[in-house]
Amino acid sequence: MQWLLIIITGIVFGLGAVVLVKAGNPGNYGFCAACHLRDIAGALGIHQVATLQYVRPEILGFILGSFALAKTSGEFRPRGGANPAVRFVLGALMVIGALVFLGCPLRGILRLAGGDLNGLVGLAGFVGGIFTGIAFLKNGYNLGRSHIYQGTNRSVGYVAAIAALVLVVAAATHAGFLQFSAKGPGSMHAPLFLSLVLGLLAGALAWKTRMCLSGGLRDFILVRDTYLLKIYGVIFLAAFIGNQYFGFFKLGFADQPLAHSMHIWNFFGLFLVGLAATLAGGCPLRQLIMAGEGNTDAMFCVLGMLAGAGISHGLNAAGSAAGVGVNGQIAVIAGLLITLAIGFALREKISLQTEG
Amino acid sequence: MKKILDLRGLSCPIPLIQTKNALEDATEVCVTVDEPVAKENILKFANSRHYQAEWSAAGGEYTITIRKEM
Repeated sequence: MQWLLIIITGIVFGLGAVVLVKAGNPGNYGFCAACHLRDIAGALGIHQVATLQYVRPEILGFILGSFALAKTSGEFRPRGGANPAVRFVLGALMVIGALVFLGCPLRGILRLAGGDLNGLVGLAGFVGGIFTGIAFLKNGYNLGRSHIYQGTNRSVGYVAAIAALVLVVAAATHAGFLQFSAKGPGSMHAPLFLSLVLGLLAGALAWKTRMCLSGGLRDFILVRDTYLLKIYGVIFLAAFIGNQYFGFFKLGFADQPLAHSMHIWNFFGLFLVGLAATLAGGCPLRQLIMAGEGNTDAMFCVLGMLAGAGISHGLNAAGSAAGVGVNGQIAVIAGLLITLAIGFALREKISLQTEG
Repeated sequence: MKKILDLRGLSCPIPLIQTKNALEDATEVCVTVDEPVAKENILKFANSRHYQAEWSAAGGEYTITIRKEM
C-alpha cells in the first residue's frame, strides 16, 4: 500500500510534469511552486514583466486538491497564529532565492530529470540550507505555538481554498483583473483543464503523503527514514523516462530551458530556499499544501511568496537564461543575512516540559 | 526518569527534534502534539530506534508515550 502510494505520487508529479510540458508549458516547467507563483503574481499585477503573466492552474490545484482531501478525510483543521509576519518574510525570501536559481526544489529535480545539471548544483545548495536551518532549530529557534481555531474563527481556514477557486474561475473566464502574457514563458501553457486536473491530483497526493523535500532530507538525516525521499526518487525516474520518450532530455549545463549556469548563484539561490524553508516549517510546495488544509500561517507564507516574486522582479533581481545580475546577487546575500538574523533572533523560550 | 512534553502548535520538525532531545536523558517520554504529521514523524523516529511507542488520539490531539527498552 505504501509503495503503491509512493509510485502513484511519483508518476503524477514526474510524468505529469513532462506531460504538461508536452501540452504547452515551457521546458522542465510542468510543476514549480516558485516560478508558477511568480507567474500568478504577474497575472495579478504584483510585478510588471509582460512575459511572465499567467494564472498557473497547477499551483491552484495543489491548494484545492489538498483542501478537498483534508476536508473529506476529516483532517481539515484551521489553525494559525504562530508569527505570520515572520512567515511572510520567509516566504518572500524563499521565492527571491528560488527565482535566482529559477525554480523551487521540485523544479530542481524536474530540471535534473531533463538533463539540466544545473539542477544538481542548486539541490546541493538546498541540502546545505537545510543543514544550516536544522542547526538553528536545535539551538532553540522557533516561531511560537499556533493554535487550532474554534467556532466561527474556523472560517479563516477556508480563505486560501476560496482564493484559489476564485482565481481558477477568473482564469477560465479571462476575467478583466488578470493579465495574460502574449509572448514569452507566460504565454506558454498547457490547456487550463489539464493543468488543473493534474494540479488537483498532485495536491491531493502531496497532502496524503505529506510530501516535502526538506522533510524528506530531514527524515533521512534524523531518523534514517526514506519514505519521502523515495517519492522524489520516483518523481525523478518518471520525469526522466518521460523526457526520454518525448525527446526533451538534453544532458549538460549549457542552453537548458529557463536556466543559467552561474553555479555559485544556483547554489546559494537554493541554499536560501532550504534555510528559509526549514525556518518556516516547509518547502514552497508544502506551504501551498498546508495553506489548503487550513493553516493560515502557511497561507501568510504563500502570500509572502507572491510578494517575493514582486520584489524580485521589481528590483530586477531574478535570474534569467542570461544569468544572475548584480541585483540578484545582492538580493541573495541580503536574503541570507536576513534569514540568518531571523534564525538567531527568534529563540523565545517556550515551556515544553510539564512534569518530570 | 520520565518527561512529559507539550509540543502542540510547534512547526515541523520541532516536535520531532524536542522528542529526540528528551529521549537522550530520559527513559520514558510522553508528548502531546496536535498535528497528524508530527505524530507520524515521532512514531517513525521511535520505530527507527526500536523504542516502544503507544499513542492515543482525543479531541484532535495525540498523546504518544515512548519508552526505551530497559
